[in-house]
Amino acid sequence: MDRREFIMVGGKMLFMTAATAAALEHVMAGTPEKVDTYKAAEHWWALLIDVEKCIGCGSCVRACKTENDVINEPFYFRTWVERYHIEATDAEHPIVDSPNGAYDGFPEAYEEGKGKTFFVPKMCNHCADSPCTQVCPVGATFITPDGVVLIDKDYCVGCRYCVQACPYGCRYIDPRTHTADKCTLCYHRITKGLVPACVEVCPTGSRQLADLKNPSDPIHEFLRTHAIQVLKPQMATGSKIYYNGLDGAVR
Amino acid sequence: MRFRDVEHLFRLAAIFLAGTLVFVVAKAEMRPKDFGKDGHYRPAAVDEIRARAISYAGQTACADCHSDVVDLRAQARHKAVACESCHGPLATHATAMSDGTEAAKPVRPDGRTLCVRCHAAKTGKPKRYPIVDIKEHAGDENCLSCHKPHDPRIS
Ligand code: HEC
Ligand code: HEC
Ligand code: HEC
Ligand code: HEC
Repeated sequence: MDRREFIMVGGKMLFMTAATAAALEHVMAGTPEKVDTYKAAEHWWALLIDVEKCIGCGSCVRACKTENDVINEPFYFRTWVERYHIEATDAEHPIVDSPNGAYDGFPEAYEEGKGKTFFVPKMCNHCADSPCTQVCPVGATFITPDGVVLIDKDYCVGCRYCVQACPYGCRYIDPRTHTADKCTLCYHRITKGLVPACVEVCPTGSRQLADLKNPSDPIHEFLRTHAIQVLKPQMATGSKIYYNGLDGAVR
Repeated sequence: MRFRDVEHLFRLAAIFLAGTLVFVVAKAEMRPKDFGKDGHYRPAAVDEIRARAISYAGQTACADCHSDVVDLRAQARHKAVACESCHGPLATHATAMSDGTEAAKPVRPDGRTLCVRCHAAKTGKPKRYPIVDIKEHAGDENCLSCHKPHDPRIS
């Protein structure tokens, strides 16, 4: 290689490095909103699920899959609905089913008057002290300043630690990208002043978005006057999905 | 013999040092500058997630143009049921109509399948929620031949 050749090749390589760096920076920056009035520090998001109002229609499951482009196959859900059936005297052994996550609702299965039957919607609990964010080795999952647990798909290496760590089974590996995926509380909607898709379509108001930092949010009154429960309180995850009328048999 | 042993150690140390150097340089180069600004994560990821397009416009978006339906529903028993709960995601329709761009007209929901989804009798539904035995109540008739979807109560 003579000097002329060396300089040509060297110059090309330098140019390519610079171009790649610029392109990378562009990708990293994303496309932020043009006018952004949303201030994360002023919110602390939670969700209220009123089990007594759920009719098991599955509207939330379908809307969630559409809104968030969740792969339309069984076993991949950001939210799903479980049906519990408990024989009168056997509260410790509930029969639980969730055919295709209740995507098509539920087929009739139990006789009226024998034991009790009810529906329990489930989704990511957006824990304040989340086990899933603690185990992530690369900082790909995290809690935002407004209390939503998110996944950075570009950073996720697909190691599945978080899927194992979540006590609520809310995470899965997206077979298309081989990265972790789960409910974002429709972060792209709530930061625009909309409610999550599942809340929007719920016909009975069984799901309600709540902002705990907003003093005029009706959630405060509701939490004060109802018997509220979170799932697996013994895990001390700081879950922010508040259930009203949750049966003790639900896990 | 001894001299070669030491050389062996130096080589190992050199490889180790080079490895550390590569790691430090790579980390400085590849990690975004603002990583860790708000916590142990990449802040730009939050903006990327926020940039996602919506599919459900939300009930208030429909009111501008379909005030007749909104008014009709205001006192009806379906007032708490959002438009898109029955009509499906219509954000593209709402934006297309306000921008004046071409878009497919929303298909009307089918009265034979729509109402059954929410009103079919089934154990486990709350006590006060209105349900009917579909076969007994309507047979094979379309629910819409008797009920109006936006104001379903007949009497
Ligand atoms: C900017 C005005 C605008 C907004 C916002 C809007 N629409 Fe429309 N919509 C129209 C117009 C105009 C038509 C008639 C289109 C046509 O005939 O091709 C229409 C048609 C429809 C139809 C079909 C009517 C039929 O005769 O079959 C439905 C259903 C509908 N809209 C529902 C909605 C819902 C639900 C929303 C809220 C998410 C919404 N629209 C938001 C303007 C709007
Ligand atoms: C309970 C389910 C349901 C809800 C909730 C609902 N619709 Fe409808 N809507 C229907 C059905 C079913 C039809 C088709 C009626 C037909 O075929 O005659 C329809 C028809 C329409 C039409 C066209 C015919 C007409 O009556 O003008 C428009 C426009 C429309 N809906 C808009 C809305 C808007 C806007 C909302 C929310 C404010 C809404 N709908 C809420 C079920 C619903
Ligand atoms: C997405 C769920 C959903 C769909 C789809 C739906 N409804 Fe409803 N319907 C409701 C809810 C929720 C109520 C209010 C219940 C209440 O007030 O407690 C209701 C109330 C009613 C009532 C009044 C019952 C009463 O006690 O007066 C009638 C009648 C009715 N719906 C008929 C229909 C018909 C006909 C259709 C199909 C066009 C339909 N519904 C589609 C959810 C739905
Ligand atoms: C032949 C006419 C007719 C048809 C078809 C029909 N309904 Fe009704 N429906 C009635 C009448 C009449 C009532 C009682 C009066 C009222 O709603 O105020 C009623 C009441 C209801 C109620 C309220 C029951 C309650 O306990 O308060 C629901 C829910 C309902 N219908 C759903 C449906 C569904 C779903 C379909 C379609 C599968 C359907 N209806 C088809 C005539 C009809």
